[in-house]
Amino acid sequence: MPTARTSALQARRFAALGDPTRLQVFTLIARSPLSVAEVAERLPVSRPAVSQHLKVLADAGLVQCESIGTRNLYRPDPDGIATMRDFIDSLWDVGLARFKAHAEALARSRAAHPAKEKT
Amino acid sequence: MSSSSLASAARIAVRKSVTVAAPVALAFEVFTARIESWWPMASHHIGDAECTAVVIEPRPGGRWYERGVDGVECLWGQVLVWEAGRRVVLVWQLNAQWEFDPAIRTEVEVSFTAIDDRTTQVELEHRGLEAYGAEAAAMRDTFASPNGWNGMLDHFAQVTGATHARAAAG
Repeated sequence: MPTARTSALQARRFAALGDPTRLQVFTLIARSPLSVAEVAERLPVSRPAVSQHLKVLADAGLVQCESIGTRNLYRPDPDGIATMRDFIDSLWDVGLARFKAHAEALARSRAAHPAKEKT
Repeated sequence: MSSSSLASAARIAVRKSVTVAAPVALAFEVFTARIESWWPMASHHIGDAECTAVVIEPRPGGRWYERGVDGVECLWGQVLVWEAGRRVVLVWQLNAQWEFDPAIRTEVEVSFTAIDDRTTQVELEHRGLEAYGAEAAAMRDTFASPNGWNGMLDHFAQVTGATHARAAAG
């Protein structure tokens, strides 16, 4: 069943972020894609240790490695962020359409009864 | 690392703009004080019980929360900037599972500009969505469930369709 596999992967993801240093590494690359060396410069962690943390994060499907020229840059798995972005995009489409409808209805109602506004 | 430096580094955002046939003061009032008149409460609440109210306390530091029929209040975030009638910045701290999560910090900035006495331009930016990077994986699992986000997205489609249909009819 895919369910068991999915749960196992999810558990690995949570475990991957459960380590404080790894969470710090992840937070750093969530802000901008970085190489192993760049992460090591920003944290009191050696390059081999950073590599190991990134490997755990990558195995958990949380980050991806991208080669740009001679640099290997790590960044969060973009699909997950994109999914959340799309979700929020839809949410505000719905919300603002409803907001517009209610605001305009109230404006019409107040325009029809201007005496109330002037009191 | 301060939260403000994190906020300034925020790059992933959703931006919306809508023109409303209502005076600017009224548009602001409906968006904030009357949020429960338009927020899709039936689908978008976090408490166990049916949601009966959404409240934005009108001051900086005020809470942004929902209240269920059981009286339980569930925090969504807080008010960062409150410029009555002009602009509001809200902190939205719901994670991908639609739960309050202090580790998640996204911002919703809404500005209200009068085009004329009866028309208002409303600009909305929901930013800092890279906060969901850490959530990405767990979220996909949630999406995969029929009661999860796919179901909600279907609901969005229905509601949006209904809204457009009403707009077209009206």
